[in-house]
Amino acid sequence: MIETTMRAQLARTATHLMDTDARLVMVLCDISVGLFDDAAARHPGRVLNLGIMEQTAVSLAAGLALEGFVPVVHSIAPFLVERPFEQIKDDFCYQRLGGNFVSIGASYDYASDGMTHQAPGDVAILKTLPGMEIVVPGTAAEFDALFRESYADGAPTYFRTSAQVNRASRPVRFGQLDVIRRGSAATVVAIGPMLDRVLEATEGLDVSVVYCTTVTPFDATGLRELAGESPAPVLLVEPYYAGTGVADIVQALAPAPARIEAIGVPRHVLTNYGTAEEHDAALGLTAAGIRAQLDGLLAFTAG
Amino acid sequence: MSRSSQQARDPAMQPMLQLLAGTHGDDKHDPSALSILDVVWVLYQRVLRHDPADPGAESRDRFLVSKGHGPIGLYAVLADRGFFPAEELTRFLDYDGTLGGHPDRNLVPGIEVSTGSLGHGFPMAVGVALALQLKRSDRRVFVMIGDGEANEGSVWETALLAGSLDLPNLTAILIDNGTSTRPLGDAAAKFSAFGWAAQTIDGRDHAAIETALRSQDATRPTMVVAVVDR
Repeated sequence: MIETTMRAQLARTATHLMDTDARLVMVLCDISVGLFDDAAARHPGRVLNLGIMEQTAVSLAAGLALEGFVPVVHSIAPFLVERPFEQIKDDFCYQRLGGNFVSIGASYDYASDGMTHQAPGDVAILKTLPGMEIVVPGTAAEFDALFRESYADGAPTYFRTSAQVNRASRPVRFGQLDVIRRGSAATVVAIGPMLDRVLEATEGLDVSVVYCTTVTPFDATGLRELAGESPAPVLLVEPYYAGTGVADIVQALAPAPARIEAIGVPRHVLTNYGTAEEHDAALGLTAAGIRAQLDGLLAFTAG
Repeated sequence: MSRSSQQARDPAMQPMLQLLAGTHGDDKHDPSALSILDVVWVLYQRVLRHDPADPGAESRDRFLVSKGHGPIGLYAVLADRGFFPAEELTRFLDYDGTLGGHPDRNLVPGIEVSTGSLGHGFPMAVGVALALQLKRSDRRVFVMIGDGEANEGSVWETALLAGSLDLPNLTAILIDNGTSTRPLGDAAAKFSAFGWAAQTIDGRDHAAIETALRSQDATRPTMVVAVVDR
């Protein structure tokens, strides 16, 4: 039972942590501001709503980090990641500073607002940055657990929250894969909010299901231990651009040869509006779509 | 204000200028390196609280070089102050040296932020200034930007932001050496309009530099536009 959205959970978790960790400072850009009214009242000067200036927000957060604070920058994914990408790269990664970037919107939670408000490429570009950590929780409770575990670890960490959530939370740990089911014909790796669809798609099949909420650093050891020396084919199911994490799978299983396929958001300009669920249906990111791709993979392997 | 010619320099600068003259290559003639020299010298010599033996001391004033360009002049001043051995200046830009074409805070003692790409250090300085207020520190934050750098949008985001905040502990220095492709016009007037306490000085006049850098508004951040020859 999901009691709250990931977005509301961010406010709840951060507000709670601010009571005990005087280093935590929220940096906002006119998004979700009302959710932090309580924190702002209790901690003057530690909830900074700068206005709509995301580049400055990320650099300013780095200035806070230089002085020992733990900044949490929050906005909608394209404005938090893609617009100030160079600020994340230069002002956090190159300086070797720790901080947190928590987005809402995911790939197309804001489908009706068009592509400027969507970010299916956020994880792909952040994965180019040395030292960057990337977390994709599947529920609000998982966000809470993963954030508490890693927010002050000294690294720049991106939390990709979404309005799309799984029905039940898992006992997730930062940096660790969660092996949900063991089978022999294939291994299906589900990223964050894709888990429910993967579980439905794989029902009754002799396949392993692995749940991944820390995309970077990827738990190569966990996957290698599960796969063994003769890995079964792997299907990677991602809520962002398809294939974003394939290199991690290849490196984890090397030098063993493995057939790997990926399903996720295609690299198209998405001109439809509507809802995220309608986009999922159109793009095949449903239990049926995942099952169809998995059937093809299993048939190829059997053939 | 017209661009100043070289002022008669403080004799105390001579050892630093000799260090600068001893560096190899043409970088020491770079307008960016030379145009910051007097302001940086006066800042370290007369205003900035710092301890070269403890570059990260909590008790220091912070100086962020947002413009990042032409750092050999800055390196010469830091070496002269004793932040690192002067011999390192002879390895400027070397593969295994610490002194690059843009400064790296993780390699050079006394460098607060790694810069190079323009428009980053200025908003970082606002973050540092806010952080010092949260710490209830009375230390000051100085940040240097260039007139060319002021073509970047993030500079004007920061101008808007800082001008609306209570930041008497922040002093920005805009080195105006006429590099900007787009004329800045009266830069001080522009920052005044954004809510800063702004003034224009001759960037080679040591007394004027010192007076400007010592001045603080009761509530507003300070902008010092230092006009220099190239």
